[in-house]
Amino acid sequence: MASVTADKTLDTSGLNCPLPVLKTKKALEELQAGQVLEVISTDPGSKADIPAFCQRTGHELIETVEEGGKYIFYIRKKG
Amino acid sequence: MASERLAIIASKGTLDMALPPLILASTAASLGIESAVFFTFYGLNIIHKEKMKKLKIAPLGNPAMPMAFPPSVKKTPVVGQIAGIMEAVFPGPPQIMGMIPGMTDFMTAMMNKTMKDHGIASVPELIELCKEAGVKLIPCQMTMEFFGYKLEDLIDGLEPPAGAATFIQYVLEAEKPMIIFV
Repeated sequence: MASVTADKTLDTSGLNCPLPVLKTKKALEELQAGQVLEVISTDPGSKADIPAFCQRTGHELIETVEEGGKYIFYIRKKG
Repeated sequence: MASERLAIIASKGTLDMALPPLILASTAASLGIESAVFFTFYGLNIIHKEKMKKLKIAPLGNPAMPMAFPPSVKKTPVVGQIAGIMEAVFPGPPQIMGMIPGMTDFMTAMMNKTMKDHGIASVPELIELCKEAGVKLIPCQMTMEFFGYKLEDLIDGLEPPAGAATFIQYVLEAEKPMIIFV
């Protein structure tokens, strides 16, 4: 369980590279600065790709949870 | 002017060679990097209204191709067991099988199914994602004439057709230019 509450959830289960990153980017555009997006992914590549995306774009990756073959990321939109 | 610019040259028109440029360009654009794909020679088929939907993968001359049945087929009773045996016996389809008429279409159908099962985006989907992410899609002027493709044969939303010099200038005027050839 994560310690953060998300303002929006994006489920990319079943999708593969590059779709989780592209959909994350799109979902973040719909949020206000400071709001938190929860991204659920089953793509093992996203374990490295989502942090890379955050590092590059300046959004803050608050927490990563790995449970039952799912990767859950909590991303705070940059202000 | 952009400080970083990623330009990808797409010169191949097979299904397997169409995906990498589109995946890299759409991802780079979503990371905030100005990205462009230059479609030249057979790569033009990737942005051809009709041909983009029927890109194929050739087993002939492609020894790396595995004998891989889509996961959904392998789960089917009987058919799935036969597929499993075939995969175990043949690491890849024997090269000579690639010559059999219909083999290319068959392998293409299997590839498309496998991609769908794995949640991998199709070429038309990736093109849309590229457009949404703001990737510049540039057709090569010379090859359009060479193949007799008119602008209306190609998909909408492209940049004006360009030549080699225009493309090189566009890339190199950035502070950090990057070119990938596919």
